[in-house]
Amino acid sequence: MSLLDIQNLDVTLALPNGPLKAVRDVTLTLEPGESLGIVGESGSGKSMTALALMRLLPRSATCEAKALRFDGQELRDLSDPAFARQIPGPRIGMIFQEPMTSLNPVYTIGRQMTEATVARGLLSEAEARRKAIDLLDRVGIPDPEGRMSQFPHQMSGGQRQRVMIAMTLMLDPELLIADEPTTALDVTVQAQILDLLDDLRRERGMGLILISHDLAVVAERTDRVAVMYLGEMVEQGTAQDVLYRPQHDYTKALLAAIPRLDGPARVPAQVAAAPEVEKVISATNLCREFHSRKGLFGPKKTVRALDDVSLELRRGETLAVIGESGSGKSTLARILLGLDLPDAGDVRMLGRPVLDLPGAERASLVQPVFQDPYTSLNPRRRLSEIIARPLVLRGEGDSASRLAAVKDAMEKVRLPDRLIHAYPSQLSGGQRQRVAIARALITEPEALICDEPTSALDVSVQAQILELLDDLRAKMGLTCLIITHDMAVVHETADRVAVMYQGRVVEEGSARDVLGNPSNDYTARLLAAAPRFGATQEMEAVQ
Amino acid sequence: MSTTDITLTAVEDSETTPLTPGQIFRKRLFGHTGFLIGASIILLIVLVAIFAPLIAPHDPYVQSLSTRMLPPVWSEGGTWEHILGTDQNGRDYLARLIYGTRVSITIGIGAASVGLVIGVTLGVMAGYFGGWIDHAISFLLTAQLALPGLLLAMALVFIIGPSIWVVIGIVGVLHWTYYLVVTRAATQRIRNLDFVAAAKASGASSRQIIWHEILPNLASAIIVIFTFELGIAILAESSLSFLGVGIQPPTPSWGLMIAEGKQAMFYRPWLVILPGICLFLLVIGANLMGDGLRDITSPEGRNE
Repeated sequence: MSLLDIQNLDVTLALPNGPLKAVRDVTLTLEPGESLGIVGESGSGKSMTALALMRLLPRSATCEAKALRFDGQELRDLSDPAFARQIPGPRIGMIFQEPMTSLNPVYTIGRQMTEATVARGLLSEAEARRKAIDLLDRVGIPDPEGRMSQFPHQMSGGQRQRVMIAMTLMLDPELLIADEPTTALDVTVQAQILDLLDDLRRERGMGLILISHDLAVVAERTDRVAVMYLGEMVEQGTAQDVLYRPQHDYTKALLAAIPRLDGPARVPAQVAAAPEVEKVISATNLCREFHSRKGLFGPKKTVRALDDVSLELRRGETLAVIGESGSGKSTLARILLGLDLPDAGDVRMLGRPVLDLPGAERASLVQPVFQDPYTSLNPRRRLSEIIARPLVLRGEGDSASRLAAVKDAMEKVRLPDRLIHAYPSQLSGGQRQRVAIARALITEPEALICDEPTSALDVSVQAQILELLDDLRAKMGLTCLIITHDMAVVHETADRVAVMYQGRVVEEGSARDVLGNPSNDYTARLLAAAPRFGATQEMEAVQ
Repeated sequence: MSTTDITLTAVEDSETTPLTPGQIFRKRLFGHTGFLIGASIILLIVLVAIFAPLIAPHDPYVQSLSTRMLPPVWSEGGTWEHILGTDQNGRDYLARLIYGTRVSITIGIGAASVGLVIGVTLGVMAGYFGGWIDHAISFLLTAQLALPGLLLAMALVFIIGPSIWVVIGIVGVLHWTYYLVVTRAATQRIRNLDFVAAAKASGASSRQIIWHEILPNLASAIIVIFTFELGIAILAESSLSFLGVGIQPPTPSWGLMIAEGKQAMFYRPWLVILPGICLFLLVIGANLMGDGLRDITSPEGRNE
């Protein structure tokens, strides 16, 4: 008998402009001890499917199904209180995406771990505590006993996600649903957490449903994969089949969109070979420290974000800066943009110290594209105003010439004309990122500094944006600095790579050298953690 | 294209000619029932205030001791001569209410605006610049909150001398704290968003960033506080008037009328109820209009 049997599940959301079918006719089965990956873009209904199973759907949603059986029991027959008592927790555990907010900040780890078991009367206080310490140890938290009395803010994101996993295991569920459990974490941590989930599943014979937007990550660690698109399940099969013999066009497109470490490398920009290379931006010996203070009279804390960083960006090349969160790469971007000042060292643009450049002139040399397209556009301004703003600030042209420039820039980034009066809230994430690029390009800068330009976007959209950047660079001779945590993105876009770790550049060189033959331990670790497809030849053979 | 199509078509999907910004704005304006009701009430009150001399059936200052405290026309003893009755001095209540509109609207809007200018300026400065400016302004806020407002107002009016402009100034100066707290927090949040960094990278000065990037995003919050402070300012004026340091008799003001009516409240309740209803209408009209303005101008949910 299968552990989970969902037949013809429909979820309908009541939106102001009419009902939206978020999930259509989804049929899923899961055997005990089996793992299933559900993959799809944001909005494809993958989370809604899991939430419908757990009765956690938003208020405006209704769900219908022919069958919703768990371990032979029809879940639809249970009343809400009976469901809450029997199913979530002891039978089905769930882990959410955001480890920073899924623990209650005012209670200790110990209390949060033991609360559910003790409240259900399954274990005594002391037994629960012992079990919690065992589980914390199992999920790889150092000093589990000491951690019991700590609070969530004393742990890192990866540790919190481990605590969440341990917490769901306290009740020994038969099925664990992990909804994007690693999306908010660094690559190296991501691999560890996914391996941990896989190990635990084998150890305990649990069923595991892993929901993710990242096909590569899921396919590596699950037996079967289901691909969802626009609320429908377009493909289902063994991980190997879906990965190497995709049937549906969408799956094929999704696979093609994933940046690959083992795909063909991009041809390095020709200019890099020229003898006298012009340096668009050069930074020497940058140091930056941040001081924080608790309250007015509290003790001072110092964080060293940049430690003696030297870097140069040559005309026409794409330089990738790679590192984990907290490695100082965003601080570096801010300093190169002139938004922040280094404590020591200096930044030169085309040979002139950045401090001597007036704002408008600096703006025509270097422009940013930020990570989060949802905060990088002023929600109160129309696209025409947002894109033209740098021109207005420079006092350039009149309204007619600016409008023409805006239309031109929108065409360059392939945004349709009819969006010119739209507000950012009417656009999708990918469209917003295009607007941000259009705004950066309108002053025709020498260089673009892109801080994680695609990490907030879906894989398929990421491919489009990266392609757009590559195109623009070829056409306009743009110089690009791309900051990222994704090795595969580096592989596909960069000529040169600088690897940052704890505020230092630990390795620098051509993309081929660094990725093919890393000389630094940390670089090697980053490379090993990046998800990749195992058998490339097989893939090629199929094609 | 039928009307249902227009409301359901999101901008992204529409392949027809897009509406111009002006057309969209008008459509949203006339599609918002709450805003239409609120705006009508406010418009009506403003018109009454402007054309008071033409509408008022009597002179609001003429006393007639023989016809003191007449009830309104619908209760026993009321006359059509004085539709809403008369007050303690025999003055026509309708005429006084109509003339009182002028004082109440001026004080409400004036004082709420004075508070807005002070509070938003300080709040945005504290939130945007941070550091010692923030400390200094936060200290000012604490000091303001610690002061007994009414006592201070009385002392100030006593020193400067009572007039409607002094009352507006003082009520405004005493009611900027909400603006400050809300705009400071919102500015601190917005300051760190990427679009501000993008503006800086385009060479925008602090002044340009505050005017062009930050203030538009504070608008919804400011509108809501303004409508809310409008009511509070009118009530504050009535407290001052009640204590004898606000609007000086015989000038008619709703606050003063409530204050005067209090003495006879249990025998002649309409003396308090009628100006109370006017005040209620003004405040609810302002609130409906404010909420409507916020919905109409905010870009979120434009597809609805």
